Amino acid sequence: MSKLPKIALIGNPNAGKSSLFNSLTGLNQKTGNFPGVTMDKHTGIWELEPNSKVEVLDLPGIYSIYPKSIDEELVINILGNPSHPDYPDMAIVVADASNLKRNLLLFSQVRDLGIPTVLALNMVDVAESQGFVINSIKLARELSIEVAEINAKKGIGVNGLRLAVEKTLKNRYASNDALPLPVGDDLLADITAQFGEADPYRSLLWLMEHDRMKMFSNEQRMGFDRLQAKHRFDSKSYKTSETVKRYEALSEIVERCVINLNRQWDAPPVKTMTDRLDKFFLHPVGGYLIFLGILFLMFQAVFTWAAYPMDAIDGGVAQLNDYLKGILPASALTGLLTDGLIAGIGGVLIFVPQIAFLFFFISMLEETGYMSRVMFIMDKLMRRFGLNGKSVVPLMSGVACAVPAIMSTRSIGSWKDRLITIMVTPLMSCSARLPIYTVLIALVVPEKSTLFGMFNLQGLALFGLYLLGFFMAILSAWVMKQVLQVKEKSYFIMELPTYKGPRFKHMALSIYNSVQAFVFEAGKIIVAISIVLWVLASYGPGDSLALVEQSVRQANPTLSETALANKVAAEKLEQSYAGHFGHFIEPVIKPLGYDWKIGIALITSFAAREVFVGTMSTIYSLGGEVDDENATIKNRMRAEINPATGKPLYDAALGFSLLIFYAFAMQCMSTLATTYRETKSWKYPTIQFLYMTALAYLSAFIVYQVLS
Amino acid sequence: MSVTLADLKVGEQAEIIGFTDELLSLKLLEMGCLPGTVIELTHQAPFGDPIAIKVSGYTLSMRKEEAATIQVKTL
Repeated sequence: MSKLPKIALIGNPNAGKSSLFNSLTGLNQKTGNFPGVTMDKHTGIWELEPNSKVEVLDLPGIYSIYPKSIDEELVINILGNPSHPDYPDMAIVVADASNLKRNLLLFSQVRDLGIPTVLALNMVDVAESQGFVINSIKLARELSIEVAEINAKKGIGVNGLRLAVEKTLKNRYASNDALPLPVGDDLLADITAQFGEADPYRSLLWLMEHDRMKMFSNEQRMGFDRLQAKHRFDSKSYKTSETVKRYEALSEIVERCVINLNRQWDAPPVKTMTDRLDKFFLHPVGGYLIFLGILFLMFQAVFTWAAYPMDAIDGGVAQLNDYLKGILPASALTGLLTDGLIAGIGGVLIFVPQIAFLFFFISMLEETGYMSRVMFIMDKLMRRFGLNGKSVVPLMSGVACAVPAIMSTRSIGSWKDRLITIMVTPLMSCSARLPIYTVLIALVVPEKSTLFGMFNLQGLALFGLYLLGFFMAILSAWVMKQVLQVKEKSYFIMELPTYKGPRFKHMALSIYNSVQAFVFEAGKIIVAISIVLWVLASYGPGDSLALVEQSVRQANPTLSETALANKVAAEKLEQSYAGHFGHFIEPVIKPLGYDWKIGIALITSFAAREVFVGTMSTIYSLGGEVDDENATIKNRMRAEINPATGKPLYDAALGFSLLIFYAFAMQCMSTLATTYRETKSWKYPTIQFLYMTALAYLSAFIVYQVLS
Repeated sequence: MSVTLADLKVGEQAEIIGFTDELLSLKLLEMGCLPGTVIELTHQAPFGDPIAIKVSGYTLSMRKEEAATIQVKTL
């Protein structure tokens, strides 16, 4: 595959790059991307002809090749370094025709780097509806490159683009060796002498951006600094003058290639759909109400609509297990298959509907352009808490998963804002907490009850937990803002894109990718821990488990056979390795209301919280009575009796204490690893782990003591 | 004291004259805010900050303190 020609897709954010990528590669994509997050480069295979394939590389959207934040650095690290494994054979610059001049700025920079480039003109119909008619043949001649008109959303024009790409791949013609703004020949000669031959503009890029480029060592960076001093070269003023100069040249080209009908007819500017919608969405009061309403609808839907497929999966897994137990010989292996493996897999599958719904909403908000409006109306508010309007996206994505959410903070330009966002994002209730919430809420909040006859109380409780996570996140952010006394300028210069109808194919793809990532990534851990747990719960030190059966029979000679079997099973669990672990930590968790069985779940969910429900199913299917009616995990937990009071163990105090604990505790190795990678220091993941766990313990303690 | 973008009211139009912050000016130039360009203040977020302007056919948002670095001439 490495022999395939590589094509980089480059363009402004919202120019239609991702739509084009999806229509070119379809399902042949390699990395899973989460909605709202351009995590990294994204590759796929495009079949030009039956026997000719190319690898397409989708890069994060940028306005210029000079990066302003960490996510934008990736582009120059690939395009500026010919020995980079992803260095493309050619580039397609996707340009929004309705904003041609600004989009051509990036195009001209990419072309000057010496990369053969094709211009894909997207949204020509939008430009025409605004009264701008583009002569793309003339434009191609003026820029001396191939231009293809496309409609990325509808997948129209791919054939023309294919011809342009094939032609460019064959000619390998890269135009223009001149610098946009001349510099001294001796400066370029010095760069070539020290760092090797390159196109002049690429040499200058090295000189100006060496600090952001990973290809250079520290000594080389110092070498660049010395060259800048020697030639009195000022990067900032060069970039500024270069940009002005490029715009001047591009204005002339656009003037020659675009006919402005508005000017001819002297028509008043049209009020676009976006202008009218923004009257509502950016309204000082209405804007907030709409945002809250959307959030509320999202959680009501996740809880009520997803319930039907979830019940079906839950029941299906229980039936499958009963069926297998019926036909297979009762042995340790059958136990491992049913109570260990299938119970574990069921524990993962059941959350697919909820996660799919959640990603559906998030990708919808992102797709339509509404997410930028949320950043806009939230910026001032978030700034008071040491965050930034752009922190809204990580916080909302954190509802799905903290790992991509923390990666998405790369778009935040200020280091301090970014660090605080990283630190508090895991407090947002992620989809791995959803299973735990679902099971526990079902236990402590009555199912049929509603508020004012319209809102499902369980839905309200769930919404409350998400709100609680959010408030704790901004409160922690505020505390960190006071602690971190860094004076640093952050900026918020950002495009508010036009509203677009959601592209359902695009959304379906991103939901599919996210669910797949959850099932396989989280699933692997859950299944592995389920099996380990089953072993630990089924075996004990020495022959203690064998002795249990004898002693129970002797102590209870009058019990019926079923009741006896249950008692033996429960006693065996307590004597197993897992039971010993649970008893070991019981003193620490007793003040929170937890017994040793919950202790086992806490230990196993230390590395990944989603294991909790799987652990509970394993523990209770081993220790409780197993018949058809009681087969679902919810019912098994409901039937659990507190030996001290004789009442159900899962009462409100314990239920809410556990809910709060899981809402705040840092129980995710992947998140800690991501924090380490993004902050490049062990200090921050350590602080994150400690403060969140302390917060969880204290809050759960208070909740239990107050309610019980 | 010259007029800046931060002094405009919603609906007012102005022409960009220059910038007072070198770091921000590059980003603003790249986004199409060139001297000579006519802009219109279209939205103010709740509490008056950030603001959104219409520039060369699209909507750009920025904070008030950033708008204060753009010198303008009202039309």
